[in-house]
Amino acid sequence: MRFPSLILAPILAAATTIAVTAEEVTLPQDEVASLAAFDRLVAVIEHPRCMNCHTSTDFPRQGNARLRHNMGVARGPENHGTPALQCATCHQDNNAPSGVPGNANWHLAPLSMAWEGLDRRGICRQLTDPARSTMTPEQLVEHMNNDPLVLWAWNPGNDLNGLPREKPPMSAGEFGELVRVWVANGAQCPD
Amino acid sequence: MNTPAPTRRQFLFGISAVAGGLLVGLPESRAQTGHGEVTAWVVITPDDTVTIRVARSDMGQGIFTALPMLVAEELECDWAKVRAEYADTNENLTRDKPWGDMVTSTSISVRASQEYLRQAGAQAREMLIAEAAARWNVTPVSCRARGGIVSHAASGRALRFGALAAAAARRPIPENVPLKAPSDWRLIGTSAARIEAAPKVFAEPIFATDVDLPGMLHAAVKNCPTIGGSVVAFDHAAVAGLPGVRHVVQVGKDAVAVVADSWRQANAAVEALPVTWDESIGTGVSNATLRTLFREGLADPAAAIGHRIDDVGASLGGAAQIIDVEYEAPFLAHATMEPQVCTAKVTAERIDLWAPTQNGEGTTNTIARVMQRDAAQIFVHKLQLGGGFGRRGLAQDWARQSVQIAAQVPGVPVRMLWSREEDFTHDYYRPMVLARQTAGFDAQGRLLGWKVRISGSSIAASLAPFWLKEGVDNALMDGFVEEDMPYAVASFEVGVARRDSHIPVGFWRGVNLSQNGWFREAFLDEIAAMRKIDPYLLRRELLSENPRALATLDAAAKLAGWGKPPAGRHQGIAIVEGDNAWCAQIAEISVTDGRLKVHRISCAVDPNFVVHPDITVQQIEGGIVQGLAAALYGEVTVEDGRVQQTNFHNYRYLRMEEMPVIDVALVPSLGRYGDRWGGVGETGLPPLAPALTNAIHPATGKRLRSLPISNHDLRV
Amino acid sequence: MPVLKVNGSPHEIDLPDDTPLLWALRDTLGLLGTRYGCGAALCGCCTVHADGKALRSCVATLADVAGAEILTIEGLGTAATPHPVQAAWLEIDVAQCGYCQSGQMMQAAALLREIPKPSDADIDAAMSGNLCRCGTYSRVRAAIHRAAEFI
Repeated sequence: MRFPSLILAPILAAATTIAVTAEEVTLPQDEVASLAAFDRLVAVIEHPRCMNCHTSTDFPRQGNARLRHNMGVARGPENHGTPALQCATCHQDNNAPSGVPGNANWHLAPLSMAWEGLDRRGICRQLTDPARSTMTPEQLVEHMNNDPLVLWAWNPGNDLNGLPREKPPMSAGEFGELVRVWVANGAQCPD
Repeated sequence: MNTPAPTRRQFLFGISAVAGGLLVGLPESRAQTGHGEVTAWVVITPDDTVTIRVARSDMGQGIFTALPMLVAEELECDWAKVRAEYADTNENLTRDKPWGDMVTSTSISVRASQEYLRQAGAQAREMLIAEAAARWNVTPVSCRARGGIVSHAASGRALRFGALAAAAARRPIPENVPLKAPSDWRLIGTSAARIEAAPKVFAEPIFATDVDLPGMLHAAVKNCPTIGGSVVAFDHAAVAGLPGVRHVVQVGKDAVAVVADSWRQANAAVEALPVTWDESIGTGVSNATLRTLFREGLADPAAAIGHRIDDVGASLGGAAQIIDVEYEAPFLAHATMEPQVCTAKVTAERIDLWAPTQNGEGTTNTIARVMQRDAAQIFVHKLQLGGGFGRRGLAQDWARQSVQIAAQVPGVPVRMLWSREEDFTHDYYRPMVLARQTAGFDAQGRLLGWKVRISGSSIAASLAPFWLKEGVDNALMDGFVEEDMPYAVASFEVGVARRDSHIPVGFWRGVNLSQNGWFREAFLDEIAAMRKIDPYLLRRELLSENPRALATLDAAAKLAGWGKPPAGRHQGIAIVEGDNAWCAQIAEISVTDGRLKVHRISCAVDPNFVVHPDITVQQIEGGIVQGLAAALYGEVTVEDGRVQQTNFHNYRYLRMEEMPVIDVALVPSLGRYGDRWGGVGETGLPPLAPALTNAIHPATGKRLRSLPISNHDLRV
Repeated sequence: MPVLKVNGSPHEIDLPDDTPLLWALRDTLGLLGTRYGCGAALCGCCTVHADGKALRSCVATLADVAGAEILTIEGLGTAATPHPVQAAWLEIDVAQCGYCQSGQMMQAAALLREIPKPSDADIDAAMSGNLCRCGTYSRVRAAIHRAAEFI
């Protein structure tokens, strides 16, 4: 664990400030913490750096405008592009000085893990539905914390115009910890 | 694996031995003058190989095949033994221009040289026949040449060209040899095997980017980000220590270059080089300010009138209904697939250039002027061009820079290559042009008058000021002036107000017809709509006195099935004459949820005569693709003086998945309407944009009056 | 010294690891058939194969291709023994200026290796990263279908 209680403390503090009237019951603290964590972490999931490759289409998108990927690039049978025009035809192990982004194993998330077009509730359902997520909660924590392709979002390099690509709205560590808290407290989804 | 053996022909790209040695890996050196040269055009060696000299430049338009075919038709040689090589630019000067004009622009190669090339073939043939006849002591008229052999039927004797050539070369060159009638051609009009195909398929080092000379250094250039600005200062020391760096130099007033052991090292250093620029020339200039400038030009009462029929003011004044609209065509880049490149070597005695030039003599003259040398000291070795489209003709900035760099490293060959980013941001752009068109109709919808005002930057002003007539560039009115406004209208007027900026403009495929063809043909559809008449029938009506145009138009309509598009699809039509070649096109499209799909382009073209049908079709296909890419996406924009497009991500070009089916019908009129030959390099382009926007109107109800189409919302 | 395997032969290359493969091929090994068009994997002119897969050599560094078998246009076929793609290219007369054609043919060869009888949709998907400013696309498509018949 990289950022233990540092992040957890304010989340719990926020959870305990919910006003409770006589008629209301108090939510279990873990559920509150899980929902609060999801509410914050989803902003990363919805960011173009993540969403452009978690598409619900047979192609990736690119840029903050989320345009269809140039050159007719398609998902292909194994989410690595079509047989002769693979992601790795252009995307190498590292970001290129020319602005072509790179990371080992550059690819699309499978369609079962598509987030595009879903609201926050839908994204959460996707993440927690064993049939679609293809990841256990523990694997999700690992993916969101340590997968080099996920972490690329925080090292996205410059674009083809030489301008820095926008990073997700919180640090990788903060995001990873929120995922951990969300899962540790039951991976609760908003209704 | 079952593969046919390719017909492999030698392809000589005029690489001559120079001080420093032969180019590594390039084909054998060109036949030396005097070795088998029958005439300046035709070289025949004892093994019967016929080498035909090509004076124009090959940039993909197939003239390394088409021009030799014109010679070979009359020479009566064996086509399988024909090779081609560039005529030497320097020799053309020192031998009093035996190869005539070397300019390669305005689709000129075939149409302007066909007659003297056929004559050159006939002359060499007559010299070979005369030599054989003398040896046999018979009359030349009793002999004939065919398939590389001179024969005398009466005696049954025959001699190969290779056995006759050396002696034939000493005979006088006959003048005005009668040429075959077109009906007697056996080679012209066939899709003969291409001379220049194999070196491209087997990736031989035929391009200027491939020049590799012993001891050669590499240069990368950084031009002032605002074109026309200048270098104030640069910090040589900041990059002097970087790997491979040999020299850091200023190039003219507006660029710097790093010369290094490899291009990658040179480019890394030039990108890291701190330069202070003076960009004041472009301060505040943007597309918006240029639009304002050109709009003011459209209203200029002092516009130069290029063509006038009747009194259009009176016609419009009496109109019951008026259309009065403004069209805008953007700047476009050439974006040749091979960025600007040239190798130069400068010594006290001579300057050698290995150049992808559309105009070998233009390169010579530019360098002679800039370097203050005698033109005879300039040796331009032409190579295959990795695309031209007008970028490498009158615009010789790349050749000048390469010599200005090499001159600072005397005696050492330096290959200068621009990065793609430099290439996009320092072009001579297809001009941005505005047109205001006004048409007046009577109460019954009959057309009374058509008035055109054009304003934009002048290519002549940018590249050839001596072409201006009292400051007026008539080319800005191409397609509307008397010679090429084809429509019989009762009252018409076109006028132009030139407005120049610091953005240089140049020749681009189709030149001014690339805008004006669209203005005219798109507006004609607006007229058709007002008259409530089918746009094809309106064109038929207005072209009724022009059987050649009508035949081309009808051929396209027939090919496309005009008026009967498949369900859900829409058609648009246009016809333009470029370089005496008529070209009519019909675009078949659909628009779904605002998404445009171009399904099919049907095209009929009449260049009068066709040398090589397959090359001709290829050129038309090329014009259509370039026109389609430009209409859909092409746009160079300016912000605070700088061009904003830097690479193919922000200057989109057509890709395979967007390709429509292209059907081309060649309908050569074979001299029925005159002797002038047409050129096909450009005529395929101008009709595309109007055919396309004219199809978008019935599909969406929208009249697109600015390009590119991608700037418009096509949702209904 | 790092070894680069190109067209079946090993070459010792004394260049920094971050050198794009394109420049090692062109400037160091003198293999000039692989061409520079954009430097940013936007045009496909520089396409080679790495272990049989299409690769844009302008963005792939020597580190990226360490240990890979590189094939360039020079190793695809020769006039005497053309690759089916090259034979088809000649038969259909695809090339105009020719500058992009090495990349087009290498990309097409990679496609045919994966899909010996490609559909038009397969061709669209494989070839849309290769630009041709002369507009040879229809013929590229026709030649790929023709090459498939040779295989």
